[in-house]
Amino acid sequence: MDMILSSLPSLASGAWLTLQLVALSLALGLLLSVGVALARLSGSVLLRAPAVAFIFLFRSTPLLVQIFLIFYGAGQFVAVRDSFLWPVLREPYWCAIIALTLNNAAYTGEILRGGIQAVSFGQIEAARALGMHRLLLFRRIVLPQAFRQILPAYGNEMIQMVQATSLASTITLMELTGAARAVASRSFQPVEMFVIAGLFYLAMNFAIAQAVRWGEKRLAHAG
Amino acid sequence: MLDLLSYGATGWGDELLQGAGMTLLVAVLAYLIGLGAGCLTAAAKLSGPLPLRWLAATYTTVVRGVPALLVIWLLFYGGSGLVGWMAGLFGYGGRVELSAFAVGVASVGLVSGAYAAEVIRGAVQAVPKGQLEAARALGMHRLLILRRILAPQALRYALPGLGNVWQMTLKDTTLVSVVSLAELMRQAYVASGTTRQPFLFYLVAALIYLVITTLSETGFRALSRRADRGVRRATA
Repeated sequence: MDMILSSLPSLASGAWLTLQLVALSLALGLLLSVGVALARLSGSVLLRAPAVAFIFLFRSTPLLVQIFLIFYGAGQFVAVRDSFLWPVLREPYWCAIIALTLNNAAYTGEILRGGIQAVSFGQIEAARALGMHRLLLFRRIVLPQAFRQILPAYGNEMIQMVQATSLASTITLMELTGAARAVASRSFQPVEMFVIAGLFYLAMNFAIAQAVRWGEKRLAHAG
Repeated sequence: MLDLLSYGATGWGDELLQGAGMTLLVAVLAYLIGLGAGCLTAAAKLSGPLPLRWLAATYTTVVRGVPALLVIWLLFYGGSGLVGWMAGLFGYGGRVELSAFAVGVASVGLVSGAYAAEVIRGAVQAVPKGQLEAARALGMHRLLILRRILAPQALRYALPGLGNVWQMTLKDTTLVSVVSLAELMRQAYVASGTTRQPFLFYLVAALIYLVITTLSETGFRALSRRADRGVRRATA
């Protein structure tokens, strides 16, 4: 019991780091995914082809490879080490955020594409007939409806992201899984540490699931 | 650069290929375990007695809610204790050590099973009840109904989901590299540490994973087409 109590501070700081990774990479990933989805749906091949390639590459390779390529791989090149990017790419924290963001943007971009395509064409025609410009139309008509449509799928993606942050521990970040493992390897009660960490992950997922359910209710059609 | 990837004592080509073989072995074994566990769990959820139903619900909720990496660490540190305790029940008193391979297959299989269970449960529920009632009315036994009516149709509904579970299982095997099992990620890690060419080796590893995932997607699509034969489609 003493062992468990004394391990709580390091587990708590791990949990805090996990929360940061989740929040930052979800926020950045969501922003990027709007661009990815729009490029993917664009009429121009110059925009569409890179988006298709990006989605394909990031969804067909494991996240761990992506993290290692960015963290270990980028530093191999002198050009990268001499560039202004190096202070960022040298930090495991930012490498984890970059990898998680790109991975999340690929999955969310594909989900969002489906949502945008599901917005009925009559609405877009009506908005055009009212004289809305493309940007206003996208912001007021398409995006809100697309977002409502994808909310359940996006909720699952958020929960996958919470779990994906555990891979940051492989590049020395002491987030929740890394912290639990560090405590476990020097204590005689390894199992308890992982159970506590697991309970925290379950609590986070529960919070996300509740938030999604609340959001679905709020965004539902009136009547 | 190419000689680094060559086959033989000087290059890392053979090590990487062996790693890819180990990755496939772990993935296939874990997936088979997952399918077995998934079927049993789905059966428990759909028609088991209440305690079994709770057990199944707890399994799928907890395992799908925590990172696969956490499951691997849990089994790595706690697995030998658990197996040793179970061996003790059968009168074996010695120490049990689990290999990295056993830990990897068991933990990735455990995760795979939780996701497969949900896919299979949904697929079984998608088979119209009337068909099962009709089969029973014709006097078929339960096993015959399962084999002739339920399984072939549920399989068709389950295939896309099971394809996703396979892709996830394959990607989860990369995490087993943390317990030093010599699969593809681990071999790429060792190679890039020795040669100081991390970008090259992780890129090659990524390409190998890309080939495996793309080929298996084609395979699952072919399976789906075969399972769909005889199903009438509205053509546009």
